[in-house]
Amino acid sequence: MIEGLEHIVAQHAFFAGLDAPFVALVCGCAKNMRFDAGTYLFREGESADWFYLLRDGRAALELRDPARGAVTLQTLAQGEVCGLSWLVPPYRWSYDARALESVRAIAIDAACLRRKSEADPRFGYEMMKRFMPPLVERLQAARLQMIDVYGAHG
Amino acid sequence: MADYDPMIPRVARVRKTRREIADVATLEIDAGDFSFAPGQFDMLTVFGVGEAAISVSGDPADPSRLVHTIRAVGAVSRALVDLHVGAPIGLRGPFGRGWPMQEARGRDVIVVAGGLGLAPLRPALYRLFAERENYGRVILLYGARSPQDILYRDELEQWRGRLDAEVEATVDHARGEWRGNVGVVTGLVARAAFDARNALAMLCGPEIMMRFVADALGDRGVAPERIYLSMERNMKCAIGWCGHCQFGPVFICRDGPVFSYARLRGLLATKEL
Repeated sequence: MIEGLEHIVAQHAFFAGLDAPFVALVCGCAKNMRFDAGTYLFREGESADWFYLLRDGRAALELRDPARGAVTLQTLAQGEVCGLSWLVPPYRWSYDARALESVRAIAIDAACLRRKSEADPRFGYEMMKRFMPPLVERLQAARLQMIDVYGAHG
Repeated sequence: MADYDPMIPRVARVRKTRREIADVATLEIDAGDFSFAPGQFDMLTVFGVGEAAISVSGDPADPSRLVHTIRAVGAVSRALVDLHVGAPIGLRGPFGRGWPMQEARGRDVIVVAGGLGLAPLRPALYRLFAERENYGRVILLYGARSPQDILYRDELEQWRGRLDAEVEATVDHARGEWRGNVGVVTGLVARAAFDARNALAMLCGPEIMMRFVADALGDRGVAPERIYLSMERNMKCAIGWCGHCQFGPVFICRDGPVFSYARLRGLLATKEL
């Protein structure tokens, strides 16, 4: 059975409880995508035109370092959002996102979602309330990783 | 409490040693039959160097194998890590209150370990897996600094293969060849599937990690009374006489080292302690 996009978006953990009219607005900017293991969802330096809500599989956020090769900053799994740089100018990815295994995702056109958010502040605020928590969580996680809790003093 | 003078170490011998990861070794000590409860600790002496509190990390169902995993962070722990097979070792214990295995019965059990914190939790995991039918879901979430710092890697992989447990590991830093999770262990808490109203959690690791994990579990709806932490302080006498490990109104050695988060939350937030 082929699931409709509205059903898929409404069922995704990231949009849990979202009002049906807002789900429809999101769907107008969304499509289903699949990435094979090892392929990139986006690359560092590219324009952040699309971001992804993961449905299945895991993706790694990576930075390339000439001395160390690819350094993994974070892995993301089902139910999580891959890519937040589309929220703020200059709308450019700061790292690579690579599929660690076969990934199914809802791809969202970032410019489309920003435009709809500008046009309907209630919708825009609802989107902000959903995208701010992962931003804050990732900031807190980065700080914990930075202080090296498992080091000699851990 | 031991049935001999708890302040006098008995002399045992190192039966086996195993280098786990950099600066971390596991010692198996020949101490006859040595019964302990998961979460308890011993005082180990290297003669001429000193004594240190080390959690028992072996299988409580096998009292013939007394096992401790030690990280070299100071003079005594360095000397312990460097002991060879046959070396004499002073032993006092076991001491303290361990993990609430009885209270965990019938509940989903979430075990969250960070770094070397997996060692004091390993006896509880052995018990959980040995008596698997007595518990609901069993979830082990483990965080380490890097893939090279993962403790008990072989056993983790073995446990990961079980069909009756969820085992997830994450590291703070990794290169591209690592295919596992990267991120803080609190992220695994958010993803884990359990019944928060009927769950019990056991945490051990760096104190900062435990605070964040306890709060993440609280956000999921686990009551602070059912979140247990194993605390580490400078333990000397191990029986509540000397006061070295006093933490506000409690002595870690005598009243712990395992406490509920409900009991410790206010103390952990007091920076003067």
